[in-house]
Amino acid sequence: MIDKAQETARNEAELIRETASNAPTPAAGMLPPDQPVSTVNTTPASRSQWRDVWRQFRRHRGAMVALVLFTGIVLFVTIGPYIWTIDATYVDIRARNQSFSAAHPLGTDQLGRDMLARLMKGGQVSLAVGLTAMLIAVTLGSLIGILSGFFRRLDAPLMRMTELFLALPLLPLLLLMVTLFREPLSQAMGPGLGTFLLIVTAIGATSWMQAARIVRGDVLGLKEREFILAARSIGTPNFRMMTRHVLPNVLSPIMVAATLGIATAIITESALSFLGLGFPPDFPTWGRLLYDAIEQMQMYPWRVILPGIFISLTVLTVNYIGDGLRDAMDPRIRGR
Amino acid sequence: MLTYAVRRIMLAIPTLLFISLVIFLLLELSPGDPLGDVPLTVPPEVKEKMREALGLGQAWYIRYVLWLKQFFWVEPLHWFDQVFGTDFSRGAQRIISFQSRSPVFDVIAERIPQTLKVVGFSYLVGVLIAIPIGIISAYRQYSWFDQLGTFVSMVGFSMPTFFTGVVFIIVFAVNLQWFPSIYDTTLKVTDWNSFLQQVRQMAMPVTVLALYNAAQISRFMRASMLDNLGQDYVRTARAKGLSERTVVLKHVLRNSLIPVVTVIALGLPAVFGGAIITEQVFKVNGLGQLLISAIHSNDIPMVLTLTFIFAILIVVFTLIADILYGILDPRIRYD
Repeated sequence: MIDKAQETARNEAELIRETASNAPTPAAGMLPPDQPVSTVNTTPASRSQWRDVWRQFRRHRGAMVALVLFTGIVLFVTIGPYIWTIDATYVDIRARNQSFSAAHPLGTDQLGRDMLARLMKGGQVSLAVGLTAMLIAVTLGSLIGILSGFFRRLDAPLMRMTELFLALPLLPLLLLMVTLFREPLSQAMGPGLGTFLLIVTAIGATSWMQAARIVRGDVLGLKEREFILAARSIGTPNFRMMTRHVLPNVLSPIMVAATLGIATAIITESALSFLGLGFPPDFPTWGRLLYDAIEQMQMYPWRVILPGIFISLTVLTVNYIGDGLRDAMDPRIRGR
Repeated sequence: MLTYAVRRIMLAIPTLLFISLVIFLLLELSPGDPLGDVPLTVPPEVKEKMREALGLGQAWYIRYVLWLKQFFWVEPLHWFDQVFGTDFSRGAQRIISFQSRSPVFDVIAERIPQTLKVVGFSYLVGVLIAIPIGIISAYRQYSWFDQLGTFVSMVGFSMPTFFTGVVFIIVFAVNLQWFPSIYDTTLKVTDWNSFLQQVRQMAMPVTVLALYNAAQISRFMRASMLDNLGQDYVRTARAKGLSERTVVLKHVLRNSLIPVVTVIALGLPAVFGGAIITEQVFKVNGLGQLLISAIHSNDIPMVLTLTFIFAILIVVFTLIADILYGILDPRIRYD
């Protein structure tokens, strides 16, 4: 209760400060300041869009908890291996199938590899796949969305293409792409990198459509606004127009789509790994760890449950962050 | 409306043709060889004959057109023959699976009932759970029920079915031993006992898929109800003294169901795709399992046909969703 009261008080104070800073003070310009030093001290922080978004985001309790948890997961997989230095691929056959102990806090797998280290390593790969696939999808989606919203001539063909992609059966096609091209790519670029590139491109190439449609809709609306007309009237070339005026204004839907895109990409990757069509066996990802443990799940259920919890928790937190971001970015909700 | 529907159907045909071409070319580009498993001791000329027998001798475009003819002409004719006892399709080659050497559609027809039983039923259950939850959480927004409902649906939406499925197996099949972990397709429902057995083996896959679908649909239902509850017509309905029950369940619910119905229609083909994983977890030998095994064994005709059927499902249900939207919502005019 006290926390809440304090927070509302703080928010109100901030609001008063910020609105006061914007309020016209007619006397200020004319009279010389009595105490110049004190005015410097009380200058409120500038009010920017991102500060507002952050303020609104902080009020979404679920999103804040999710942000903390997600940061924890990221730290676990990035900093963790420096603290817990056992190699994830080190095989200690005498210590296999151990349960939780001091030497192996989360036990070992059927080859005696340390589960904690494997979960960290697997998390690195899973998160990397999620982030890279999302980057590809969002870049592709925003590019196509902006192009088709901005240039009338490109609109029809690009949107037809988007509809075509939406009609594709994605999971079967993904399975197909991965099975067909895994071997040659692995031979060309090494098993780890080849599979990574293949999976990331495949997921990215099949999940840009939603972002493209959202961005196109927003760009179509923006194009009718006066500031675009003003920019055009002073002769802004198309490329500058897009990068300078259109892109910053469609950034918020893109960011929301990006956040949710990470979640889908992580799920898709682990689904592929679960079907045995993901990374090679000695290359742990959370999905692969789960898949490897299925055979012995009756004896060692924790080996299945732990990676599953990591996948679900990551996806859950990312979804919550996306939800909070969407609320925070929506100017109709913000400031209420 | 009718012209719109006709136009959409006309547009769907080139879309489907293009998709089939994409899938075909993807398979064509693949480095895998359907004869890769043939022992090396088989002399090359015999291998060449086998290749011919599989229909791999010709150029790709000839095979593509041949496949199109088989899919759209020979197979429907064959069904027609079976239904009416005619013999139009005599002598015509049907699509043959590399793996089982039997017509692809016969294998698919064997697998469809399992998928429909498990996946279809779970979707139905999911919808039946989701709609009341969505209504109550929207009507009592920010109540404990709503908080719990949105949290559970977020969790259900975030947990992949292969994880929930495995956890269910560990808890209910391994520890409690209530349900079997493997779906037995050979089971025939003849009496009460076998019916119970069928119910028990369907319980887990249906629950897993139903939870996942319910999580998504209830979110849509809640959002749509919230949109409508704030509308002016709701205030009018209350002002003229209608009971709360009539206002919510007649006025608001009917209007909120419009977008939800289309979401349900749009989700159906995705469910068939998503069921690939659930079928794999519980070893239900339905369409998804068939696809996976066909992919693993390089059975090109089977993969091509199945993927194309999934594509047809998506295109058809998108069409149905759009047309339903137009029928249900008189504000939408497509012409």
